[in-house]
Amino acid sequence: MSRVSAFLFRRRGGKGWHWTDVVTFGWLFFGVIVMFGPALWLIMSSFKSPAQLAEFPPTALPYESRTVVVEGYDKPLPLFIVTDEAGTRTLAEVRRVGTTAQMVDPANSGEIQRVNIANRVPDRQVGFAWDNYVQPFLAFDFMLYLKNSVFVTVVATLITLLTNSMAAFALSKYEFRGRNAVMLTVLATLMIPLSVILVPLYSIISAVGLFNSLWGVILPTVATPTGIFLLRQYMLTIPDELLEAARMDHASEWQIYWRIVLPLTAPALAVLGIFSVVWRWNDFLWPLIVLSRKEVYTLQVGLNTYAGELNVQWHFILAMTVVTMIPVVIVFLFLQRFITTGIAGSGLK
Amino acid sequence: MPASMPMWPRPWLPPAETEGIVAQLKQMAGAVVTAPLGWAARAIDPPLRLWQRLTGTGGMAAFFLLPNMAIFGVFVLLPLVINFAYSMTTGGALFLSDREYVGAAQYAQLLDCDDYTDPSTCAQDQFWTALANTALFVVLQVSLLIVTATITALILNRELRARSFWRAVFFFPVLLSPVVVGLIWRWILQRDGLLNAMIIPMGLDPVNWLIERNWAFAAAIGVTIWAHLGFYALILLAGLQAIPKDLYEAAEMDGTKPGRVFWRITLPLLMPNLLVVIVLALIRAVQVFDEAFVLTGGGPGTATLFLTQYIYEVGFASLLKNPGLAAAASILMGAVLVVLTLIQLAISRRNEKKGKLK
Repeated sequence: MSRVSAFLFRRRGGKGWHWTDVVTFGWLFFGVIVMFGPALWLIMSSFKSPAQLAEFPPTALPYESRTVVVEGYDKPLPLFIVTDEAGTRTLAEVRRVGTTAQMVDPANSGEIQRVNIANRVPDRQVGFAWDNYVQPFLAFDFMLYLKNSVFVTVVATLITLLTNSMAAFALSKYEFRGRNAVMLTVLATLMIPLSVILVPLYSIISAVGLFNSLWGVILPTVATPTGIFLLRQYMLTIPDELLEAARMDHASEWQIYWRIVLPLTAPALAVLGIFSVVWRWNDFLWPLIVLSRKEVYTLQVGLNTYAGELNVQWHFILAMTVVTMIPVVIVFLFLQRFITTGIAGSGLK
Repeated sequence: MPASMPMWPRPWLPPAETEGIVAQLKQMAGAVVTAPLGWAARAIDPPLRLWQRLTGTGGMAAFFLLPNMAIFGVFVLLPLVINFAYSMTTGGALFLSDREYVGAAQYAQLLDCDDYTDPSTCAQDQFWTALANTALFVVLQVSLLIVTATITALILNRELRARSFWRAVFFFPVLLSPVVVGLIWRWILQRDGLLNAMIIPMGLDPVNWLIERNWAFAAAIGVTIWAHLGFYALILLAGLQAIPKDLYEAAEMDGTKPGRVFWRITLPLLMPNLLVVIVLALIRAVQVFDEAFVLTGGGPGTATLFLTQYIYEVGFASLLKNPGLAAAASILMGAVLVVLTLIQLAISRRNEKKGKLK
C-alpha cells in the first residue's frame, strides 16, 4: 500500500510538498470517488436481490440469506442468528406472526421455538443475485432491444463512414462549381441540432413510411457534418500526385477513392467510426420519438420505459443498465487514449 | 471559404498510435467484412467508369456527394424549411398540406404574457416556465461547469505520475449514455438511496433529492456537470499543453507567485480555448434534455421542465398535441443556437488567424 501511495504521490521534481500539491491530490482523490463511485455503486447494487435493495441503510456488498433444508418442510428455510436469554444459536424461520417468529433448530426440527424478531439477525453471506441478469433476457424484451440497438449502431456507423468519406473525397480532391456552396451548407447544418427540427423531421419520417422503423432512427443521424469535416481535413493531407499517378495508370475515379484514398484515410475513419458507435448507441431523444412500438425499441428507450413504470423494478433495471454500459466501457478501456487525443485535437463530441 | 474549416483551428491528424489500432481493427474485421465489400466495390466500378466517361470528373464529384447530400437534404435541410411553414399553421394534422395557415398566431400565443416576470400570467405558462428554468440552468450549469473543468484541467496539467489514469478518471462518464447517467443518479438520489445513507451518519436529515423542487434542480445541474466535465476539461488541457513551457520557466526564475502566474500567463493564453469551451457548453446547455428527463422527468411539477422537453411534450407526448406550437418554440430556440454557433465560429476563426501570425 505504501509503495502504491509512494508511486502515486511522488512528484516528478522530487521537491517537497507545496499547498498546491495538497489541493491537487485532494481534487484527484475527490475525482476518483465522485466519478467512479456512482458507476461502481450501480454495479454492486445490480447484484442485490429485491429484498436487499429495499434495505436502508444499504450494504456495500450484495448479500444473500443462508438457507437450510429442514426435515418436515418443503421449502428451504432462511437461517437467523438468535441471541436471547437462552444464548446465541442459529435457527431456521418457519413463519412470522407480528413481532414473533416461529423458528426451529435445524438439527431438531420437531420443536418450534418462539422468538421475538428484535432478538435475531439474518445469517447472511456475500452472494450475487445473478437472476437479475438472467431474468430480463428471458422474461422481458431485453434481448430484442439489444438486437435493435446493435443493428442501429452498426448500420448507422457503416453508412456514416461510407457517405461521409465519399462526400469528403469530393470536397477535398475535386475542383467544381458550387463546392464552396456545398461546404457552407454543411457548415450551416452544424447550427441545426436535431432538437430544433423534431416536428418537421417527424412528419417527413412518417410521410416516407419510416415511423416505428429502425431505419427512421438511422437515416437522419448518418449525414454528420462533423464527420465530413474530420475526413476532409485528413484527406487534404494526401498528396494529389498520388491520385495523378493512378489516373496515368487508367484507374477510374471510383478505384482511386476506394483503393487509394480510403485506405490512406483509415486513421481518421477509425476515429469517426468509434465516435459514431458511441453516439448511435447512446441516442435517446430521436428514437424516443420515432419508436412507439415495443418491438422496435432500442436499449435506451426500453430502459427509460422500464424506469418510468409505476412499479419500478429496480433489481432488473440496474442489471440492464449495467449491460447497456458494457459496450461503452469496453470502448473506453481499449481506446481511451485514442479518444481523448481525438477530442483534444478536434473538439469532436 | 478558407481552406481549413474553423472547427479545427489547426489541421488535426490522428496520433501515431492510431496506426496500431487501425491494424488491429483491420485484423478484427478480417476477410469476413472486407471480402463482400471489395466485391461490391468492384461490381459498381464498370457502370461508374461509363458515368465518368459521359460526365467527366465533374459528374464524379456529383456522384460522390450525392448520397450524403441527399440524406442531408431530406432529413436536415427540408425539415428546417418545413419547420418555418409548420410554425405558421395550426391543428393536430401531421402533414403540412392538411394544416390550416394561421400566420404568426403560434408565435403570438407563445409570447402572449400579461407580466413577463411571472410565467403563470402567460397564455403558454409552461413555455415560460421552461424558458425561465432553462435560462437559470444555463447560467448556473455553464459557470459551474467551466470553473470545475478549468480546475481539473489545471490539475491534470501538473507534473503528475500516472497522468493518463487521472485523465481517464474524469473522462470516463463522458461516454456513458444519458439514460444510464440519469438512472445511476436516480438510484443514488432516491429517498432510500446512497446519498441519504451517507449523510445520515453525519447527523444530517435525509432529503428527498428528486422530489423537492430546489434540490431536483440542483441535481439536474450536478448530474449534467458530472457527465460532461471530462469533455471540457480535456479540451482545456490541450490548450494548457500548448502554452510554451519557457514562459513558466522565466516566471519561476523571476520568483513569480503561482497565483500571479495563473492570472498573467495561464489565463490570457488559455482564453481562446476557454471561449470556445464556454460557447460549446452554452450550446449544449440550452438543449438540455436527456439526462434531466430520465432523472426527474421534468418534475416535481414543472421544476425541471426545460425547453427541449417542452417541445417534446407539446409536439409528441401530450394528449393535446400542437405540432405548430412546438415548431414555433423550436424555431425560437434555434435562433438562440444559431447566434451562439456564429459566435463560436467567429472566435475559432480569430484564434486561427492569430495562430498563423505566430
